[in-house]
Amino acid sequence: MSVAMSLLALLDESPNYGLQLRNLFEERTGGVWPLNVGQVYTTLARLERDGFVRRRPSDADEKLYEMLPAGRRRLREWFATPTRKDAPERDALVLKLVLALGRSDLDAADVIQAERKAAVELLQQYTKLKRDGTEHDLGWLFLLDSLIFQAEARVRWLDMCEERLTRTQQPKSNRKPSRPRERIEVKS
Amino acid sequence: MNVLQMTDVTRIHGAGHTAVTALRDVTLGVASGELVAVMGPSGSGKTTLLSIAGGLDRPTAGSVEVEGAEISALRPSELARLRRQRIGYVFQQLNLIDGLTAAENVSLPLELDGVGRKQARQAALTAMSAVGIEELADRYPQDLSGGEQQRVAIARATVGKRSLLLADEPTGALDSITGESVLRLLRGHADAGGASVLVTHDARFAAWADRVVFLRDGRVVDETNTPEGPESLLVPR
Repeated sequence: MSVAMSLLALLDESPNYGLQLRNLFEERTGGVWPLNVGQVYTTLARLERDGFVRRRPSDADEKLYEMLPAGRRRLREWFATPTRKDAPERDALVLKLVLALGRSDLDAADVIQAERKAAVELLQQYTKLKRDGTEHDLGWLFLLDSLIFQAEARVRWLDMCEERLTRTQQPKSNRKPSRPRERIEVKS
Repeated sequence: MNVLQMTDVTRIHGAGHTAVTALRDVTLGVASGELVAVMGPSGSGKTTLLSIAGGLDRPTAGSVEVEGAEISALRPSELARLRRQRIGYVFQQLNLIDGLTAAENVSLPLELDGVGRKQARQAALTAMSAVGIEELADRYPQDLSGGEQQRVAIARATVGKRSLLLADEPTGALDSITGESVLRLLRGHADAGGASVLVTHDARFAAWADRVVFLRDGRVVDETNTPEGPESLLVPR
């Protein structure tokens, strides 16, 4: 899901080839989440099947992808919908904020607030479980505390992003990196 | 009728080009039985909101009603009585008086109000029992842990017939478990029919509230919806 939405966001900026999209994705995310080029092409094929993108018919090798209106609508929906909390989707939240920077059609601060509200509502629900549960069931409390601290961490991170955004005076168009970021090497 | 009703409240400090708007058109109602948390970064107006709600500060514009009484229409002596009798405050700095025992600290607001010593002590013990520290009644603040001192402060804020409890970062100096026990007490106060406002920058503690209001640059920008039943949370989507 997050790969598909990232590719849509990149294609919304300009038509592009699969390999270039892979490079752009890694450049934007500092290479924290390496992406296999095969995965890029499979995802593009799925997006094409769903009518979100198409290959430019006039193009000689027919591998230049471009955005379709349905893809643009799907992307806007993605930006407008709070990210659900489960492991792979949490990465999508980071991607969403990174990709929201520099867009002229939305304010990243609004995306942050929508996400923060959703995270606090989730915290309220976890806390209600804790209130209703017995104080003696330690295993249950451990589990709930883990969920609560994960949600809290998300709120604190969003607070920090907002603070950075507030302190950054530069215009939106300058927030995208001007040259490729140095890749972060992850040693296994 | 809400216990606290703030309507279009604006607070401007200073005047002319040095004027600073601390709150702008804030509307907030808190009903009996409700715990409302106010979240926001430093300087967003949280403490100003609480000061105005408690009659410690006056709005530049707008109206503040506590139990239906418009605060700005009260004479200073009436406002002082409302603050003493109907509103309880809990701060991060506990402001306990070292020379008085825990029970004396708790009964002090009642005694200042003319309640007899014996009756005031009885009310203090009831309030202390509600927060689980009746046995600490005759200890002095310096002999109590941070969490115990905070419980004394909460007992003092709820003693007698107070309908509105205002708490400003009451967990600030406490560890996680003790902070949680303070929130259980605030929650219990609301569940017993009190109205409470909790100001905090900590989402984990704000989550004990029925509603969380987000403040930015003196404005209410958002608020959470009443949470649905939590049963579905742990089922994979």
